Amino acid sequence: MPLPTKDILGILADNLNKRKSVLPISTAGATRWAKGLELPKGGKTILYTGHLYQLIPVIDAMAGQMSRLEDSPLTKYFGLGRNVNKLINMTFFMGMMASKNTRKDYDHMLRNIALLLKKANVEFGYLYGEELYSGALVYDEGLDGAFAKHAQRVCDLFKKHGVEKVITVDPHTTHTLRSVFPEYVKGFDLDVKSYLEVLADSGIKPTTLISDELALHDSCVYARHENVVEQPRELLNRAGVKIKNPTLCGKNTHCCGGPLESLFPSESHRIANNRAKQLKEAGDNIATMCPICLVSLRKAANGSAQVSDLSDTLARAYGV
Amino acid sequence: MNRVSSKMALAVKCSDTFNADACMHCGVCTAVCPMGYEILPRKLFRYVQIGLEDKVKENISSIYSCLLCGMCAENCPAEVNIADNVRFLRKYINENEFNLS
Ligand code: SF4
Ligand code: SF4
Repeated sequence: MPLPTKDILGILADNLNKRKSVLPISTAGATRWAKGLELPKGGKTILYTGHLYQLIPVIDAMAGQMSRLEDSPLTKYFGLGRNVNKLINMTFFMGMMASKNTRKDYDHMLRNIALLLKKANVEFGYLYGEELYSGALVYDEGLDGAFAKHAQRVCDLFKKHGVEKVITVDPHTTHTLRSVFPEYVKGFDLDVKSYLEVLADSGIKPTTLISDELALHDSCVYARHENVVEQPRELLNRAGVKIKNPTLCGKNTHCCGGPLESLFPSESHRIANNRAKQLKEAGDNIATMCPICLVSLRKAANGSAQVSDLSDTLARAYGV
Repeated sequence: MNRVSSKMALAVKCSDTFNADACMHCGVCTAVCPMGYEILPRKLFRYVQIGLEDKVKENISSIYSCLLCGMCAENCPAEVNIADNVRFLRKYINENEFNLS
């Protein structure tokens, strides 16, 4: 039996309604990456992680279990699971199985992004434990009631802290805040920019020339919805990196399959394998700019190519 | 026999999200879709437009397995906002089939 769409969507909506995230993580887990960086709390300009990088190790641990459940008779107990989850946060316990090394790895990417912004002399704060998930997944699944309430909560949070500019770190949070929130929250007019746009606009100069070849995977959301195509290329070009574009790139990029992981794991893996193959034809050193693309393509490449977050290369090139 | 659902037809008519009127059934979207399903998105929209709710319901798993990647819309000569239409159908099914919102 395939995974039960209705029960899984129910769990996501219940969690967002009750616990303010699709997969609630602890405050410590959400903010650990910022330890020692001494970022001021709040401010007119903030770095907003939207929890996506921190959630990936959790999603990854859960996804392994979900794909084992696909085609298993146990799927019929999902309805029961949803009822238990309403009372006890089951997804939280599942998330505790996330590996420590994976968590460290993703935290490191966020640190690099924050350090790159500092290096570019951008002044920004962080909302620490008050920060919330953006609601992107619930929006995509058409759970509009739960999403609208959540969007309002996030906007109230920005208002409370007097935020005017938001710097995002992943395409999904960027798109949700910049293009979707204005449709759901009256008067929402914050200036939202991805860190790649902010860095490309800044005068940041490379400290090390890197002559590596890099096969670049564009995120569908960045490329097609948010016009983020040239900025990462410009930052890499400045540092001497040789960009290898796969045949499907830029506005015609091919999806990594990640968005299907929670409902249709085997379809998700099929798409990821197709994309990994296309990228490997361009080169075996692959960079992504979204944590969902990263985890999907890493799994698909399964060691046959190196897949890393773009922030790793940028950190090396710009000396952080 | 497939029955025409006036409820779905009305929901589509009143919505400012669902709009496939400009679609000329050229099939480009289906050709570029990485999922490679025959139904996504052209045939599906046709069923919606003519109100064949049963046909739409038979294809619930295709509706939820669209990646919302936007490859179809990027290449659609009629500029149909395909992802928004798919999201509308999910919303309709969530509310009317799954009792979720
Ligand atoms: S590409 Fe556009 S016009 Fe052509 S069939 Fe698809 S939705 Fe219709
Ligand atoms: S948005 Fe959906 S229908 Fe369109 S190309 Fe992507 S997977 Fe196919």
